[in-house]
Amino acid sequence: MKAVQRLLWSAALLLVFNAPAWAQTELAPFDRPEQRELYQELLAELRCLVCQNQNLADSNADLARDLRTKTEEMVRAGNSREEVVEYMVSRYGDFVLYRPPFKSTTAVLWLSPFVLLLLIVFIAWRRTRRGAESSQAVLSDEQLQRAKSLLNRSGK
Amino acid sequence: MRRKALFPFVVFILIVGFLAVGLNRDPGLVPSPFIGKSAPAFSAPTLFGTQPRLTHEALKGRVWLFNVWASWCAACLDEHPLLIGLQRDQAVRIVGLNYKDLPADAKNWLERFGNPYDVIALDPEGEIAIDYGVYGVPETFVIDREGVIRYKHVGPISETELAGKIKPLIHNLRQADS
Repeated sequence: MKAVQRLLWSAALLLVFNAPAWAQTELAPFDRPEQRELYQELLAELRCLVCQNQNLADSNADLARDLRTKTEEMVRAGNSREEVVEYMVSRYGDFVLYRPPFKSTTAVLWLSPFVLLLLIVFIAWRRTRRGAESSQAVLSDEQLQRAKSLLNRSGK
Repeated sequence: MRRKALFPFVVFILIVGFLAVGLNRDPGLVPSPFIGKSAPAFSAPTLFGTQPRLTHEALKGRVWLFNVWASWCAACLDEHPLLIGLQRDQAVRIVGLNYKDLPADAKNWLERFGNPYDVIALDPEGEIAIDYGVYGVPETFVIDREGVIRYKHVGPISETELAGKIKPLIHNLRQADS
């Protein structure tokens, strides 16, 4: 009984101390469900510039909170996804996006994985072809005899 | 056969090369989209109320340094003596943006350490700062007489940064002034 009580207490405490964590995601309802979706999509895709490895949804930095509010305002005001992204990029640069746009400065970034993949496929293809060629008649007569005798023995 | 043996070595050197460049970069430095663009418009109350409102329009015609700071910002103290020096030399008009601060705290701070600013705009909610893409206080902008941003620095400015880049730039911009 004591153990149950303790468990309940710690659960209650956990809830209380975690209140800020879940309160932050609670918002007044949007006019339309698409707006809520857009808002959440944007938060997941925009980077917090202070912590850099967190998106706006995850970050607790002051700036992230401000930018969340800004995003919310813009979405509520009926701005499109592109408009919000444009707003952020014009201020913080492409770095604010977790998915940078494809342009001349980011071409290497976007293309290098495919170039690497092609290279690997090419190397693998060359190797298997060479392997196939050399696999013919690799055993000398002596070796062949030995293999046969081994096979026969196990067959008995 | 020998060429083949060299292959891992070449790959290794390539990786070392990329890492040598990549790891020596400061990840805090994000390329700013502002250089060469017009300084965003703003209109804000001032700290000492010397002017009813300060606008970007009113600052046109002269080169100005825009420094985002706060009394709670520890790094702002690092660059503070440099700004005081700039003010003493009358090198440039220094405009402060008091970011997410209380006017009383800001005044105390200036009284205690000295005031390098010609005028200070108040941005208690950080709205102007968002328009200027501020993400790490202090930040410093150099803006020319047409109101175009020529330079942006995130974090406290260093002596080398000031002497090597900011001062020459201000000098050049002012030369163009006359």
